[in-house]
Amino acid sequence: MVDAVLFEFLHTEMVAELWAHEADPDPGPGEQKMNLLVLESMGFRVGQALGERLPRETLALREELDVLKFLCKDLWVAVFQKQMDSLRTNHQALLCPQGTYVLQDSSFPLLVRMASGLQYVEEAPKFLAFTCGLLRGTLSTLGIKSLVTASVAALPACRFQVVVQRS
Amino acid sequence: MSRPAHRRPEYHKINKDLFVLTYGALVAQLCKDYEKDEDVNKYLDKMGHGIGTRLVEDFLARSCVRRCHSYSEIIDIIAQVAFKMYLGITPSVACNNSSRNEFSLILDKNPLVEFVEELPAGRTSLCYCNLLCGIIRGALEMVHLDADVAFLQDRLKGDSVTEIGITFLKKPDEKKYRRKK
Repeated sequence: MVDAVLFEFLHTEMVAELWAHEADPDPGPGEQKMNLLVLESMGFRVGQALGERLPRETLALREELDVLKFLCKDLWVAVFQKQMDSLRTNHQALLCPQGTYVLQDSSFPLLVRMASGLQYVEEAPKFLAFTCGLLRGTLSTLGIKSLVTASVAALPACRFQVVVQRS
Repeated sequence: MSRPAHRRPEYHKINKDLFVLTYGALVAQLCKDYEKDEDVNKYLDKMGHGIGTRLVEDFLARSCVRRCHSYSEIIDIIAQVAFKMYLGITPSVACNNSSRNEFSLILDKNPLVEFVEELPAGRTSLCYCNLLCGIIRGALEMVHLDADVAFLQDRLKGDSVTEIGITFLKKPDEKKYRRKK
């Protein structure tokens, strides 16, 4: 049984590589180095694969809100050993074709090891890119196309915004 | 982090797969970034080294290992305690030379390759699990032990077993050297 902490260490190392490449003034030609987009797309692939491993009843969830609730409770517990702290819908979304959900985590495990407060807020997006992709990938397997972004007001609290793309 | 009692077995599986899948995505990405297998291997080793230097603290905090007095005791701890704790497997140990500084870890099972049937096309020299070598090397470095760590055999490359070789390097001022543990 693979220990949960290994993912956290690997994730931190991947983010650290982001820093290393930002410092590199002359990236090699034609080489797509680790950057936020790359991290997000890796997260997406992992999220898709995780989505395929979910229990059958999950795949039968029809209501969009039920799927989002599932992400906040079951998926978050499976991946981060805690539930998301709150899930809000954007009421204004009732008037427009896309559904917007705001998922709030007051103590996001991948941010907890960083100093709390405002000091490293600028660096926080690097620690959230993979997870945004993970959410987007899992939603994709569950039949929901979305855009997922994240923002941090003060570490280690963060919020993920899921905008469902309805055709 | 303690686990909630209500955690269902299916979610346990998700958590177990998360690292393995993420690692697979990382290797796939590195194969896109670097044409040469050696470069991917080096990069994986470097990342593993960074992880190892931090993982060793987690290990020492959680395992309560006693002070070691020989290289073979250290290897036993790596195989029976560390591998068990982090990957749920216990490689067998062999000592390869009479001066007792060269060892092998033979992995019968390897969770990292659970979803890998074979190496990608054209990647015959890829050491898929090279992160492990870097982790071991980085961890040992943090307890003041220099070692060369590399795959000697790899089932993914067609060998009959997967074998990691660990060679402890003697420091030049061996007499003055004290092992901190």
